[in-house]
Amino acid sequence: MKRQPFFYWFTVPAVVLALAFLASMGAIIQYSFRKHIPGSLDVGPVTLENFERLAHPLYFSVYLDTLLLSLYTSVFTLVLGYPLAYVMVRARSRWIKSTVLIVSIVPLFTGEIVRTYAWLNVLGHNGFINSLLLGTGLLDRPLQMMFTPFGVTVALVHFSMPIMVVILAAAISHIDTDYEKAAASLSANPIKVFWKVTLPLSTPGIVSGFVTIFAWTLSAFATPQLIGGGKVNMVSNIVYQLGFASFNFPFAAVLSLLAVMLTIVLLLVIYASTRRLEKMSLH
Amino acid sequence: MSSGIRWRMARWLGIAFVVAILVYLTLPAVVVMIAAFNEKAILSFPPESYSVKWFVNAVTYPDFQKGFVNAVIVMLWASTIAVVVGATFAFAVDRFRFRGKALLEAILMSPLVVPKFTIGLGFLILAAQVDMSRGFTVVVVTHVVLVLPFVMRCVYVSLRNLDRDMERAAEALGASPLMVLIKIDLPLLLPGLFGGWMFAAILSFNEFTATLFVTGARTETLPVAMYNYVREFVDPTMAAISTIFIVLTALLLIVADRFLGLGKVLAIEEGR
Repeated sequence: MKRQPFFYWFTVPAVVLALAFLASMGAIIQYSFRKHIPGSLDVGPVTLENFERLAHPLYFSVYLDTLLLSLYTSVFTLVLGYPLAYVMVRARSRWIKSTVLIVSIVPLFTGEIVRTYAWLNVLGHNGFINSLLLGTGLLDRPLQMMFTPFGVTVALVHFSMPIMVVILAAAISHIDTDYEKAAASLSANPIKVFWKVTLPLSTPGIVSGFVTIFAWTLSAFATPQLIGGGKVNMVSNIVYQLGFASFNFPFAAVLSLLAVMLTIVLLLVIYASTRRLEKMSLH
Repeated sequence: MSSGIRWRMARWLGIAFVVAILVYLTLPAVVVMIAAFNEKAILSFPPESYSVKWFVNAVTYPDFQKGFVNAVIVMLWASTIAVVVGATFAFAVDRFRFRGKALLEAILMSPLVVPKFTIGLGFLILAAQVDMSRGFTVVVVTHVVLVLPFVMRCVYVSLRNLDRDMERAAEALGASPLMVLIKIDLPLLLPGLFGGWMFAAILSFNEFTATLFVTGARTETLPVAMYNYVREFVDPTMAAISTIFIVLTALLLIVADRFLGLGKVLAIEEGR
């Protein structure tokens, strides 16, 4: 198409919004270098002491816990999400497809609070699972699932499932079924076809699903806040606590900044390894 | 023969696994619905007696009512602005080369990976600096930033499926570029824009983490009001409002799937 200058105005709203977003990130960077004045929302002169505070082992362990929870969550979400995505794409009946689609993605639209609250009802002391186990006499004391990494992970996996399923389903639907038919005609059994053909060909979806869920879980807030109940803390919970309980916005800014950098580093590492993987599979 | 039996067993195992995952996904929703009808204020399964009083409580609770109105205000503004910004930008990206295009695109897509609490904290500090921390503006801007990547995806998909011959035909018949845009592109893109708008509206209405940072007592949205309720009370009022949420969302999605084809909106199925 020819150059039509008036279409350049189409980028103006986007530029304005991008500037607002950059300004908010700039505000965080600026605050991270300012001195915290206890009991006040105002900030003092430029200082590096917020960064020095990071050396405290408490913060190291919070970051480590956050990374581990994100790792467990992405692994389990992948393992449980793949069969769903596969059925959703490959089932012959439209009814099965729709059911799996609706069941997998409704949680995406009901929001963090509703979902997390629902898990409180399932995992709680008087919750569904404990009532079931005690009622059937399988246990004589309720299981402690609230305020544990296990409970938080169970809810986080549930929370991440819709995104994983959508990404994997897109990848699986792009696989040319001719490859599978070819393998099957060469007398590979269906399980072998899946392991040797379908699964390797869906690697891009697996990697991007894994990365997305990892990044997504790094920023989880409501789930660890309510199910972790202060016993299982992720970075977001500490940031919130610093901001709204002690009004230490400069240090909250430092922790947020570190979380963003961590995300960027992870994405770079994973993208580099995907590139490698793709190159290797070409040879 | 034995390989046939093995294959059949594997198949049944696979089906059982998938059913188990579906149960895991639906269990919380089912449990919360049962809890909502429990007459007692304390959680117990199965409930001894049933009642709908918590539903009455939920819809008459002033904080939920105010939160609902606030959430709708924010949702309408944010999703509409996001569609305008997303559609114009996606159109420009799809059609033209300009300097900084990749950078601008990266910045606007980055809220997908930047932690939400960081975005919330950033806009909170920014709003405090320009003295806007008490109003709706900062909430709306935060939501637009958060939902824009989803809107852009929807618009990209429908732009890619747009038949360019229609434009060429209109041009050949002497239509000006503006005319082509209004008479050809806009009507063809409308379903995609509507899908994007709906996506943005639902996400904005439910947004919690960043919203918790940027709302004050006056601008508190429904999810924030619900969070505050859970922290203060344990009665099933929350279960009742959650039930309303889940049922409405599921209905909306079933309708969307019937009429729009959710698979296409989410780009799972190839739209041709």
